[in-house]
Amino acid sequence: MLIRPAADLRENDVTDQALYLDRRRFLAGAAAAGTLLGAGRGLRAATSDDTPTPFEAVTTYNNYYEFGTAKEDPAVNAPGRLKTAPWSVAVDGECAKPGTIGLEDLIKPVKVEDRIYRLRCVEGWSMVIPWRGVQLSEVLKRFEPTSKAKFVEFTTLADREQMPGLRIPVLDWPYVEGLRLDEAMHPLTLLATGLYGKDLLAQNGAPLRLVVPWKYGFKSIKSIVRIRFTAAQPVNSWQKYNPREYGFYSNVNPEVDHPRWSQANERRIGEFRRRPTLMFNGYGDQVAGLYAGMDLKANH
Amino acid sequence: MRWLKPLVFAASLLPLVWLGWQAAYGSLGVNPVETLNRTLGDWALRFLLLAVAVTPLRQWTGWAPLARLRRMMGLFAFFYVSLHLASYVGVDLFFDWAALWKDVVKRTYITLGMGCFLLLLPLALTSTDGMIRRLGGKAWRKLHRLVFPAAILGVAHFWMMVKADLREPVVYALVLAVLLGWRLRAFLRAPQRA
Ligand code: HEM
Repeated sequence: MLIRPAADLRENDVTDQALYLDRRRFLAGAAAAGTLLGAGRGLRAATSDDTPTPFEAVTTYNNYYEFGTAKEDPAVNAPGRLKTAPWSVAVDGECAKPGTIGLEDLIKPVKVEDRIYRLRCVEGWSMVIPWRGVQLSEVLKRFEPTSKAKFVEFTTLADREQMPGLRIPVLDWPYVEGLRLDEAMHPLTLLATGLYGKDLLAQNGAPLRLVVPWKYGFKSIKSIVRIRFTAAQPVNSWQKYNPREYGFYSNVNPEVDHPRWSQANERRIGEFRRRPTLMFNGYGDQVAGLYAGMDLKANH
Repeated sequence: MRWLKPLVFAASLLPLVWLGWQAAYGSLGVNPVETLNRTLGDWALRFLLLAVAVTPLRQWTGWAPLARLRRMMGLFAFFYVSLHLASYVGVDLFFDWAALWKDVVKRTYITLGMGCFLLLLPLALTSTDGMIRRLGGKAWRKLHRLVFPAAILGVAHFWMMVKADLREPVVYALVLAVLLGWRLRAFLRAPQRA
């Protein structure tokens, strides 16, 4: 797969990985010295910055139910099983130029960028991840969505041969997610092909996944095989499973509690104390306008 | 059978020793607070079901010495529940009592867990020989039947906590159903005690 180095970096510059590791070792030492209960080098006092979460944590603590429901399952089950090349994506629905297109052809015309985003899981934990990818809007444009297209629906691969988790009917496979067209076209919305400057690992949704940083993590669908423009609002998998707990929008919102998890705060992976959760995960200045006048509790 | 109680006592402490070991060596995983809290919850529920299982097991196996383990299993259940609650309040919420109260009233699975804890509390407090004597065997036995609703609440707490994959809580629920079914059958067959 061809990935051009990013010409210009958005958000923050990506620090090189050796530096992350050094910083991590320093933090580990500080934590070991000062942690309550001596509870280990994974813990440290809360900091207010957005230090990227260590690579090992990002690649071993995953929700990817197609490879098992425990956090550590995907890192064990996905590599070696998920066949990421060749990979193609079917694009159809309300657009003038539908078609099935190879991953490389999908990405090649668009500028690959590195962007550091916060990721907030609906379960009350969060990470900071240096993604590599392309702006979704640039990818979608070439299929020329028609005026009927109001939403975009994404589908994950569902192959029993590759995905042992499919044998358990936890969700109604394949996994489906959706965005309103304007959300999909928003400049923050990323189609990621890598993280930490490398190709995505299988457990992170290789070879192609969505990243919508102001929404709960489950919206950022993994291993995408289909993109469809629709007139009607798609029913995403978690909403189908439990509409009371999971909505279509699922914007990060500290004021709208989930019946299972308080959404007022979160544990940043690697930190000891919880930190307050920010409205729209801290991206409100860029995305709040998308929801002007909307009841965010009713449209949770 | 003098070795039975000390042996089981020591074995029952192993989960805690193992957790302490992992904490000291930083091997509680990517989210240590979650691992700590969940492991303590798991053992709390296991000991609670073991406590409920002692009498049926004794009847099935005919092995009388098992009876001597009942109180110990119950107290270990309470011990691990207390540590589970302490880890939640002290480590996860960092003594944010207001947040605990909000959780108890707003989040169903935590309401159920707290209900279970409150039912177990009087049982732990009346577990001494002195308290049994003071209450009298009959009243004491009646009081300690609270272990059954407590076990149901414990399983329900786990069941409702789980997001989608219910396989684990289903196993606990099935074990509890068999144990309670056995008690119910014995109760219905026995001549009614007033
Ligand atoms: C005293 C009030 C209680 C509180 C506040 C409480 C709180 C919690 C919390 C916060 C979790 C973990 C949720 C997560 O990680 O997302 C949990 C899980 C759990 N709790 Fe409790 N709990 C209580 C009582 C109990 C009792 C009485 C039992 C058993 C007898 C119990 C057994 C469990 C089990 C088995 C789990 C799941 C562990 C796993 O996922 O493997 N809890 N509880």
